Amino acid sequence: MVVRGRSAKIAAALAAVPVLAVAAWAAVTPVQVRTRDELFEIPTGTWARRMAGEDLGILPEKIRLTLGLRDVLVLRNLDEVPQIFGPTLMMPGQSFRLPFAVASSYQFDCTAHPSGQMTVIVDPFPDTPWARLVWRVRELARSRPRPAENGTT
Amino acid sequence: MKRIVVILAAALLPALLVAALPLRATAAELKAGTFAPARQAPDFTLRGSDGTDLTLQRYRGKVVILFFGFTNCPAVCPTTLSTLAKARKQLTPQEAAQVQVVYITVDPERDSQARLKEYLAGFDATFVGGTGSEEQLSAVRKEYGIMATREAVGTSYAYNHSASTYLIDCDGKLLALMPYGQPPDDYVHDLRILLQKG
Repeated sequence: MVVRGRSAKIAAALAAVPVLAVAAWAAVTPVQVRTRDELFEIPTGTWARRMAGEDLGILPEKIRLTLGLRDVLVLRNLDEVPQIFGPTLMMPGQSFRLPFAVASSYQFDCTAHPSGQMTVIVDPFPDTPWARLVWRVRELARSRPRPAENGTT
Repeated sequence: MKRIVVILAAALLPALLVAALPLRATAAELKAGTFAPARQAPDFTLRGSDGTDLTLQRYRGKVVILFFGFTNCPAVCPTTLSTLAKARKQLTPQEAAQVQVVYITVDPERDSQARLKEYLAGFDATFVGGTGSEEQLSAVRKEYGIMATREAVGTSYAYNHSASTYLIDCDGKLLALMPYGQPPDDYVHDLRILLQKG
C-alpha cells in the first residue's frame, strides 16, 4: 500500500517535470513576434451579407495589445463599399494603421458597437518571468479562431 | 583565407547599410493612425468664422488639422483645441504658418460665426471655425465618417461626437487620424514629418 502511494507520487512528480520545464522556458525565454500588427479585416461581400440579414462580427468591442510586441492596430476594408470600421470611415481597399507607444487603455467612438465605444487595452511589455508566462498563455489562447460577436464592425 | 573574409565583409558592408535604410524610414512613422492609400480629403464650402467661405482648397499647401465639435462641449473640444494650440506654439513661426486648424461645428443652432470666432480665439487666433445649415454639416460629417448625436442635458442639450482629429497633408490628402487624448508632442512630431514631406 505504501509502495503504491509512493509510486503514484513519483509518477505525478515525473509528469510535472515537462509541465514545469515548459513553464520555466515560457517564463525565462525572451518573447519575440513576427509582426507587431493586430489585423482585423472586413471581408469582401460583408455589406451584401448584412443587407441579406446576416449578423456579422468582425471587430471586437475590446482589443488587447502588448507594447513592443503587438502594438499596431491594423484595420482593412476589403469590401466593395465604404465602411465605418472602428474609429474611422474606410474606403474600399483602404487600410488604417494605428501604432501605440504608451501602455494604457484607449477609448474610441465606434458606432457599430452597442456601447458606442471600442476599447483598446495596451499592456506593458512583458519584461518579467511572470509577465512573459502570462503573455505566452494569452498568445496561445488568441491563436484559436476568434468567436464571432454581434454587430461589431 | 583571411583575405577572402575581409574582401567578403567589405563587399557585404554597403549592402547591409542599404538594407538598414528602411529601418530609418520606419522611425519617421507618424504617431497618428495612417490611411493607405490616402484618399483626397472631401472638400466642402461652409461659413468660416473669419467671415469668408471655408473650403479645404483654400489651405492647399498647408497641413490641415480637421476637428469636429461644438463650443458648449465640456471636455473633448476644449482638451483637443488646447492640445492643438500648445502643439502649434511648439512649432517654429515658419512651421506654424504652414499649419491650419479647422474646427467644424456639429451644433449650428448655437455655434454662429461670431460664437465660433470668439470661442476659437480663446485657444489660438489662427484657428478657423466652420458652420452652415444642419444639412450641409451633416453631409460633411458623412463624408468623414463623423458621428454626432444630440442628447438632452437637463433643460439644454449636448452632443456626443467623434473625438479624433484628421490630418490632411499639403496636397489635400486625408492622410491620418489622431486619436483623442494624444499629447501636443505627438502632433508636433507628425506635423513636422508632414511639413517636411511638403
